[in-house]
Amino acid sequence: MSLSLQAGGSATRALSSTAPSATTSHTTSPITTGTSVLAIKYRSGVLLAADTLVSYGSMAKYKNARRLLPINSSTLIGGSGEYSDLQSVTELLKRNALEDRCTADSLYNEESNEECAKEVWSYLRAVMYNRRSKMNPLWNDLVVAGFKKNEDGTISDEPFLGLVDKIGTAYEDDILATGFGSYIALPLMREKYRPDMEEGEARALLEDCLRILFYRDCRALNRVQIAKVTRDGKCLVSEPYELDTYWDFKGFVNSKAGLGTDGGW
Amino acid sequence: MASSGSGYDLSSSTFSPDGRIFQIEYASKAVENAGTALGLRCRDGIVLCVEKPLVHKMLVSETTGRRIHTVDSHSGVAITGFVSDGRQIVGRARDEAANYLETYGTTIPPEVLTSRISSYVHYFTLHGALRPFGASTLVAAYDPGTKEHSLHMVEPSGVSYEYYGCSAGRGRQSARTEMEKLAINPKQGEGELIDVQEAVKQLAKIIYTLYDESKDKPFELEMSWLCEGSGWRHEGVPKDVIASAVEWAKKEIEEAEEEDDDEMEE
Repeated sequence: MSLSLQAGGSATRALSSTAPSATTSHTTSPITTGTSVLAIKYRSGVLLAADTLVSYGSMAKYKNARRLLPINSSTLIGGSGEYSDLQSVTELLKRNALEDRCTADSLYNEESNEECAKEVWSYLRAVMYNRRSKMNPLWNDLVVAGFKKNEDGTISDEPFLGLVDKIGTAYEDDILATGFGSYIALPLMREKYRPDMEEGEARALLEDCLRILFYRDCRALNRVQIAKVTRDGKCLVSEPYELDTYWDFKGFVNSKAGLGTDGGW
Repeated sequence: MASSGSGYDLSSSTFSPDGRIFQIEYASKAVENAGTALGLRCRDGIVLCVEKPLVHKMLVSETTGRRIHTVDSHSGVAITGFVSDGRQIVGRARDEAANYLETYGTTIPPEVLTSRISSYVHYFTLHGALRPFGASTLVAAYDPGTKEHSLHMVEPSGVSYEYYGCSAGRGRQSARTEMEKLAINPKQGEGELIDVQEAVKQLAKIIYTLYDESKDKPFELEMSWLCEGSGWRHEGVPKDVIASAVEWAKKEIEEAEEEDDDEMEE
């Protein structure tokens, strides 16, 4: 081994890619994708929901992929779109969280000044907009959930829920949905939502929406996860579980073929 | 210092005729004059402890000039000597940890982290244009793969060893003698070894035993641990735990002194 001051021991590899030339084209459409993420604020925090399917085009390829992820002790993200980009974004956020912890002014967690959900969301907005402006987008719609910070840096009681899409558009709301869910689930959630919902109610609403998405979205699955961030700053992500489904609705059973329609279901 | 090195001490790239590299020895001297740093491997974790001299009365000491740093989720280092040199090593250690995680997708094992730090420190002893680091580094780390924790120390020469108790800085010799008396030798068997709670008290006692109020500068005690209780994360020892350890240590020392006095009277 030659003498070198480079970090990485003897296993140093070139992780950086070659500089793009004027003719370089980037991936601008996804390959392996996750579908909708749903999110809702409730009485004591924020709930996220997503299924665990990752598709390769129209093929259901990975059926146990987790798309709801804690990225520090009190912030959750949920991602739809290109799964490898989601992994890369997660790694980036975790790396930032670790660096924050290492370079904090104090050795004590309570003084660590960890990024709050709103800061993470704002940062992601910058990342996503920057990437799309280079015509090299991260192909994800990301939901960020957690709590806002007070002026003095402590975590407040005010829940935060925000979304950043693949072109860097960012907005906050009490209820959010990405992908097909923004067409199918969002209207249903708007109808049922109340700011003071109990966890059970909110969870039931999300499960109903996921079930409906499973019926109507060809790229959805009934194997799902639900995650929550609560007022005491804890992130909990459930293990994947399967929703009960009911396929005996008349419209599901009777083919419309021969009924004078176009023959579809 | 012309006599001590007699011309062979100007560069670390030249040996003296009797086979020494004076620049490295001088760097080690720089560490020997700095605040004491202690590390102890216990049954359920590792404790790091540094005596940080307060060089100025108006110093904001809690957040500046820290001697113990977190390098990765499962590793921390304590430095003593030239603090600015030490900080350089800390920065490098963080880079190495991050680089390993990026490349292999797992936390850097303690031996690898230590050997990477060693290589870096050693590099500075090889060139005429460079000055060796005037700092020693105590590395406390946990390997989530093997579920084992270990303590290493890297010296200004770039040499590193694994220890179950180690010390650097001004009081290192007497501290070593004191630490040898503690139940930390792995040969004693798992159950016999002391735990981190006890180690915090014992380390505080060692620091205060070595401290001479009339001679030494006032200091602040910095302590961190990496243990079962902290989920094997490197964290500061809670301030109230340090405070009660110090209180206990002072009382112990006082009692020991009284006994000595009594014996003398007899």
